[in-house]
Amino acid sequence: MKPGQFAYHAPRTADEAVALLGKVAPLEGRIIAGGQSLVPAMALRLAMPPHLVDINGVAGFDRLAVEAGELSIGPCVRHAAFHRPVADGPLGKMLSGIARHIAHLPIRTRGTFCGSLANADPASEWCLVAATLNAKLVARSTRGSRTIAAAVFFKGTMATALAADEMLVEARLPLPAADTRCGFHKVSRRAGDFAIAMALAVYRVEGGVIVEPRVGVGGVESHSRRIADAEAALLGRAPGAKAFEAAAQAAAEAIDTSGQSPEMAAYKRDVTRAAVRRALEAAEKDA
Amino acid sequence: MSHETDITLTVNGCGYEVRVEPRRTLADTLRDECGLTGTNSGCEHGICGSCTVLADGDPVRACLMFAVQAQGKQIRTVEGLATRENEGERLHPLQQAFIDHHGLQCGFCTPGFLMLAAGVLEREPGISDADLREALSSNLCRCTGYQNIIKAVRAAAAQMRAGNRG
Repeated sequence: MKPGQFAYHAPRTADEAVALLGKVAPLEGRIIAGGQSLVPAMALRLAMPPHLVDINGVAGFDRLAVEAGELSIGPCVRHAAFHRPVADGPLGKMLSGIARHIAHLPIRTRGTFCGSLANADPASEWCLVAATLNAKLVARSTRGSRTIAAAVFFKGTMATALAADEMLVEARLPLPAADTRCGFHKVSRRAGDFAIAMALAVYRVEGGVIVEPRVGVGGVESHSRRIADAEAALLGRAPGAKAFEAAAQAAAEAIDTSGQSPEMAAYKRDVTRAAVRRALEAAEKDA
Repeated sequence: MSHETDITLTVNGCGYEVRVEPRRTLADTLRDECGLTGTNSGCEHGICGSCTVLADGDPVRACLMFAVQAQGKQIRTVEGLATRENEGERLHPLQQAFIDHHGLQCGFCTPGFLMLAAGVLEREPGISDADLREALSSNLCRCTGYQNIIKAVRAAAAQMRAGNRG
């Protein structure tokens, strides 16, 4: 249970970090931020990066700010930074509620928001948030910067649109309107465990009916994503058991269970249905 | 490629000059290079919490941090909890409460629980019971001691709020 050998690099500026990554990426070098997924993988020798670029000492990487209607999250902002609301209104409250579901306190004091996105575990709560709100993700390399929408960022289990020499330097979450309702539900066997299924529901109500619905599902497929059929089942309907059940059913039918046993597929659909319904009920209580 | 580097760690207020490979975890460095064997290594991949120490006041898994990353941080381990007094030592309220409330049996997880609880109570002295249970769920105890651990930490929290900080 000891990590393999690696050369250690500790850049002090973003430019240095990007230049170092550019150099070591072809050698399968990696960025380390919180390290709460990478170091266990190294201890188990599932990951043996010969170079680690440690970005914890980079000035300004812990930046967390509201600007131009968005929450800007720097690459070293820890999960624990979200324990208390970081923005007024529904987003800060939602993130603080979800942060408590991420592993345990000593993991949250080290692990980072952007690191979770770059790691792209199918059960990552922050990946679900990013996918559901369609976060803007800023990638940087020596070749320049580009902004990637979350909708096309997540490619599969621990796979993203980031090239090997690109570092995620910022995540930008849109600030929803003040009357936005948000609900999250996670199914796991124990507190702090990986999600078996989880759902995030976000919508507003105008004239008694649901508008701008967003339903994200995570943990059941290779990556979190919005479920268009579930959102369509909510749009224009009054919030309540009937609409929620229809959306939950639509989500259960929409998830991809190919390659799984019939029993597991049935279970995944059932647990997805429950997670979506409960997330919607939680959103309604949020009103 | 993996050269040893000379680093200085600050542990319980004392400087330790050690030479380590970058892959050396903080947990192993504390035990083997610093000789501070109070921090126990259990699972070595971040699950059990027995190696929990404080880094700048935050509870962290010492097996998931490399020693080279701990430079410049104030590290605190179980050895730093008790205070020297006259000829002997006075136990920290948490240590005394674990004894009084049978918060340990075999004791393997105890240093981790003590440092976790110390970090939590220093940040949030008036923590609610629900939040305390959630925080203590971070670490594993295999002697079925959770109820007594919770009791011990609650008792210590009351002591510490009353001004007895060990």
